[in-house]
Amino acid sequence: MTQAEALKEYLLRLADSDMILGQRLCELCGKAPALEEEMALMNVALDLVGQARNWYEYAAELIDDGRDADKLAFRRDAHNYRNLLLTEQPNEDYAVTMGRQFFFDVWHYFTLKSLTGSSDERIAAIAAKALKEATYHLRRSSEWVKRLGDGTEESHQRMQDAIDILWRFTGELITPDDTDRVLAEAGIGPDPDQLAKDWRGMVNEVLNQATLTPGAEDAWMYMGGKHGEHTEHLGFILAEMQFLQRAYPDATTW
Amino acid sequence: MPQHGDSDHRSAVDILIASDRVPANARPDLLTEDDIWALLEEVKDPEVPAVSVVELGIVRAVRWDGKELSIDVTPTYSGCPATELIEELITEAMRAAGFRDPKINQVLTPAWTTDWITAEGKEKLRAFGIAPPEGSSSKLSLLGEPDVIACPHCGSKDTERVSEFGSTACKALYRCKECLEPFDYFKCI
Repeated sequence: MTQAEALKEYLLRLADSDMILGQRLCELCGKAPALEEEMALMNVALDLVGQARNWYEYAAELIDDGRDADKLAFRRDAHNYRNLLLTEQPNEDYAVTMGRQFFFDVWHYFTLKSLTGSSDERIAAIAAKALKEATYHLRRSSEWVKRLGDGTEESHQRMQDAIDILWRFTGELITPDDTDRVLAEAGIGPDPDQLAKDWRGMVNEVLNQATLTPGAEDAWMYMGGKHGEHTEHLGFILAEMQFLQRAYPDATTW
Repeated sequence: MPQHGDSDHRSAVDILIASDRVPANARPDLLTEDDIWALLEEVKDPEVPAVSVVELGIVRAVRWDGKELSIDVTPTYSGCPATELIEELITEAMRAAGFRDPKINQVLTPAWTTDWITAEGKEKLRAFGIAPPEGSSSKLSLLGEPDVIACPHCGSKDTERVSEFGSTACKALYRCKECLEPFDYFKCI
């Protein structure tokens, strides 16, 4: 794999993960457990979709086949999506929603932090902007994990169940493939070993404070999102998210 | 039946731009870059109309060589929905001053920080009922306790955070325990 190919692939991964998690969070618009929570979730979603656009725009320039950011987001099918499997998992109860967010935010925070030092200036600029937002996201989701984990008997049990359900999707966050390695060697992407160490360190620290137990490091992990092999959920997300753009492909006004 | 793209379905922004004529007698050639900064002081943030885009630190550079006007702006947040409207409002203000084809460039680096909000801008935010960002963005801790935020209404420091996020991406929601009023806090980033 050439560096140029790896870069396009990697940008789509960053964009798709932001986009799909943003879309998932938007499902809670009008249905969140409290007004403040709804505002927070929609703000996080807005940040993620904005970041996705920045990554898509850069990806579109490099792919250079006439597709713009909107076409990359709204006219690719599930097998072309490169998002992490974690981001497409359903919202379920609030423990799952915030547990998913926490695992993602830790990965996102350390990934972006590393990307601010990328040898690719455009990536460094987008990451520097996004990192400030991701820092807020992580503060919030880690507080929720602690509050629920170290809360009542029921909230503790539900939060632990959420950790157990989601754990099998976390291996993908910190298991590098060729794309990750090529970019790390070029100084463009994060060092995979450092990312894994940082992710485990913070997850263990927060779960420990939350009186929760992480899954086993050698647990069976679902992989494949980064290569277009998704869980059944992604197709449903895209069906809803892409409906308008598919039904009215070149509409200029919504 | 109206089709997509019909003029009847133009957005408010399109109408704003279309209705904006470059005055025939305008003499932009007589304006200096300082004059242009002064014009930009009149462009208000659409979500926080108390402050201008200059006071918010969104306008990063103005270049005017007598032929081409180029203005650099930076978004506050990656997903801030006001970004495009702000660019349109700046374009409109420049056209009204006689610049036919102002170039608005979006720059991401260095990333916007609340440290760029001017002292005057912070005072106007407070007067508008929004607590301005406290302290320096460089000292923001990842998992630490939030800073003490003073109530913009009564000045009390006995306040509590209701939500890390508020009515827009740039704000958090607080409540004053002294005067009991809720208020927005302009987050420090």
